[in-house]
Amino acid sequence: MKRRQFIQMGTAGLGLSIAGVPLSTLAQNRAGGTLNVIVQPEPPGLMMGIVQNGPTQMIAGNLYEGLLRYDENLVPHPHLATGWTVSPDKLTYTFTLKPGVKWHDGKPFSADDVVFTAATFLPKTNPRTRYDLAAVDTIKALDPLTVEFKLKYPFDPFLGIFETGTMPMVPKHIYENTDFLNNPANNTPIGTGPYKFKQWVKGSYIQITANADYHIPGVPSIADIYFQVIPDAASRAAAFESGKIDVVPGGAVEYFDVERLAKLPGAAVTTQGWEFFAPLSWLCLNNRAKPLDNVKVRQAIMTAIDHEAMTKIAWHGYATPATGPFNSHIKYHSDKVAKYPHDIAKAKQLLKEGGYAGQTLRLLPLPYGESWQRQAEIVRQNLTQAGIKVDMMNTDVAGWNQRLSQWDFDMAFNYVYQYGDPALGVARNYVSTNIAKGSPFNNAEGYVNPKIDALFMAAVRELDDDKRKAIYDQVQQILVDDVPVAWLHEINFPTLYRTKVQNLISSAIGLDDSFGYAKLSS
Amino acid sequence: MKRLQFMLTRLAQGIVAILAIATVNFLLVHAAPGDPASVMAGEAGNADPQFVAQLRHHFGLDLPLGTQLVIYLKHIVHLDLGYSYRQQLPVVNLIMQRLPATLLLTGSAFILSLIFGVALGAWSSRKVGTWVDSAISVVGLVFYATPLYWLAMMAVLLFSIKLNWLPGFGYFTVGANLSGLARAWDILQHLVLPSLTLALFYMAVYARMTRASMQEVAQMDFVKTARAKGLRPLRIERAHILRNALLPVVTLAGIQAGGMIGGAVLTETVFAWPGIGRLMFDALLERDYTVLLGCFLVASAMAVILNLVTDLLYTLVDPRIELS
Repeated sequence: MKRRQFIQMGTAGLGLSIAGVPLSTLAQNRAGGTLNVIVQPEPPGLMMGIVQNGPTQMIAGNLYEGLLRYDENLVPHPHLATGWTVSPDKLTYTFTLKPGVKWHDGKPFSADDVVFTAATFLPKTNPRTRYDLAAVDTIKALDPLTVEFKLKYPFDPFLGIFETGTMPMVPKHIYENTDFLNNPANNTPIGTGPYKFKQWVKGSYIQITANADYHIPGVPSIADIYFQVIPDAASRAAAFESGKIDVVPGGAVEYFDVERLAKLPGAAVTTQGWEFFAPLSWLCLNNRAKPLDNVKVRQAIMTAIDHEAMTKIAWHGYATPATGPFNSHIKYHSDKVAKYPHDIAKAKQLLKEGGYAGQTLRLLPLPYGESWQRQAEIVRQNLTQAGIKVDMMNTDVAGWNQRLSQWDFDMAFNYVYQYGDPALGVARNYVSTNIAKGSPFNNAEGYVNPKIDALFMAAVRELDDDKRKAIYDQVQQILVDDVPVAWLHEINFPTLYRTKVQNLISSAIGLDDSFGYAKLSS
Repeated sequence: MKRLQFMLTRLAQGIVAILAIATVNFLLVHAAPGDPASVMAGEAGNADPQFVAQLRHHFGLDLPLGTQLVIYLKHIVHLDLGYSYRQQLPVVNLIMQRLPATLLLTGSAFILSLIFGVALGAWSSRKVGTWVDSAISVVGLVFYATPLYWLAMMAVLLFSIKLNWLPGFGYFTVGANLSGLARAWDILQHLVLPSLTLALFYMAVYARMTRASMQEVAQMDFVKTARAKGLRPLRIERAHILRNALLPVVTLAGIQAGGMIGGAVLTETVFAWPGIGRLMFDALLERDYTVLLGCFLVASAMAVILNLVTDLLYTLVDPRIELS
């Protein structure tokens, strides 16, 4: 069965199989037990429609839900929507909603909420969703359980934007006609998810508790989840080691500790659950000024960097060298592109051809912990070997943001999520229409190539999958030849957990999906 | 009467100082690169300039800096510490939630360090040149020189992970829902490691100070007179030497008590202690200006008050000292 047919025949029954746990056994049990999870850093808020950072998504993914969920192959499955149809011209998407779903305050969830969320709330508060919904012309509730999205032009990734992080359903009855950002209800989030918000002791922990009225019987199976705030990485490792913590999300402890902790009795590690995000790190090169405006110099940098050594030393194996702008987990990834094996002599040659005149280049590391620091040191060493003068500028996160978004750098580390589709997570960094001061996550390197702009535009409106693939193949070839940024790694974030926790990760967004399907073995 | 007048004058001076500190802090904080809007946008991993501008307007960061300062000072005069847009709560609430934990930690560490520091110093000065003196010196030096951070990690490793005697992080057992005595006992257990780690450094300082000061006083004429009168050595030590030797220790303790709140940042970070030091540190990283400035303000107010208390304490330790 082809993927598209599969999508179009989405039915309610599929949703039940995602959990991988037979419903009959679950239904008999009431939720019990507690789970202790590290959250790092403490989130600024839990209203997922407003706050978008990682910690918020991990906790609020239990409170809020999207219409669909995605498995590790990014195939959509029914969730709050039980099914959907797509018109042959791919301009009309009609979703059927699950009946009997209730908000945490007992009010029924309906098509009006979906319309409010997608047409009014999120376009105002969430820049990513605003971008994703740019192709949408009208959103209408046909009846209380049917919603119709009409598009201005075909937008192939459309069915990939309905997970809870991108399009969390927001209760209309609480937010309509209010100042969304200042609504007091933001402190007591109301969603439809398997857990309800219980309490937040600032600086200490956030507690969520099982939603007894949840719309899937037997879910959730764990009664209470505590997200504990432990600000120091070594202390987080100690907390897991002492048995007080059950789940440590990726990046919360240093990578050398991951290796050690994973070997403890009763501990396990997995890199699953990042397929949707497909994080890719790179060295952002300021294409605007000499010498980095010269493609040979950029190629020299890509050639000088020892990707393999970096994988082992900085990431302790939890990274894969990147060969181009597409993470290999996302659709249309191609490896038929130019390769840049580590070769200092070649790099020196390219620098000479590119007219590098011995300028000192400012390198901006990413202040996210030891691995990023090591990575920066390796890059500096590699570039120095090739004859490039490097000046490392250490900052905190705010300073990094400021410099990158104001284009005040020569080379800067960055990493981004690719959201399952090149149109959603890749194009934004390379199309020239996205060049604007003020954000580190658009085309901060200042890469301008009309051909690339045209290809990305054509790909997103292309209806035929094979043709779409051909366009993206071409995109990858051009970008890899041009090296607008020096790609470093696909990061395979490791999640540490105790083996008593089963089925912890059940979708492509990993811990950012709810813990509702997780079980504790007795 | 004299005492009251003294206190009022000092308080007035203190308020002026606090306002000056607030102004300097405000300017310093805004001089750091990046602002709360850019940090929040950065954390989202995805933000367009429109979103950042919207946040900036929401936070009032699009106003001229001078205007922002005037607004801020006006609020302070009205005892309003502002609102944290990031946390969606009034700053006063955030600080009040955290202050008890910090006062408990620094207060207990302060008392522990003072008691043990002075006791060890006094003991040491009595046994000058013996192995006891050397041992106290060496131990003191080690605690003084060892980074607090490392000490804290080792304490967690030994007492929490290996021996499993004491909890290694947090303020109380999360999810235990204890109350009354059980809760107090629980908090006390959590308090042991962080307050001891924090106390050790200061203890070393006070021990050395007490020892040196007692040695000095012991050479003075009135001590010789006391000895000549045939007073018992223990009484000479307590009533004559220690009492006089304590003055410089009190001075130092007064200064350090104010600084301890800031010094607790590391301890609070390692032990995940939800105090004001960490609130301040997080606010700094997040450029949460109002919270950061609120913490600074509270810390400087505490320093002013503690200095005043120290001055009053002088008169108790040595009644010859007059307030002026």
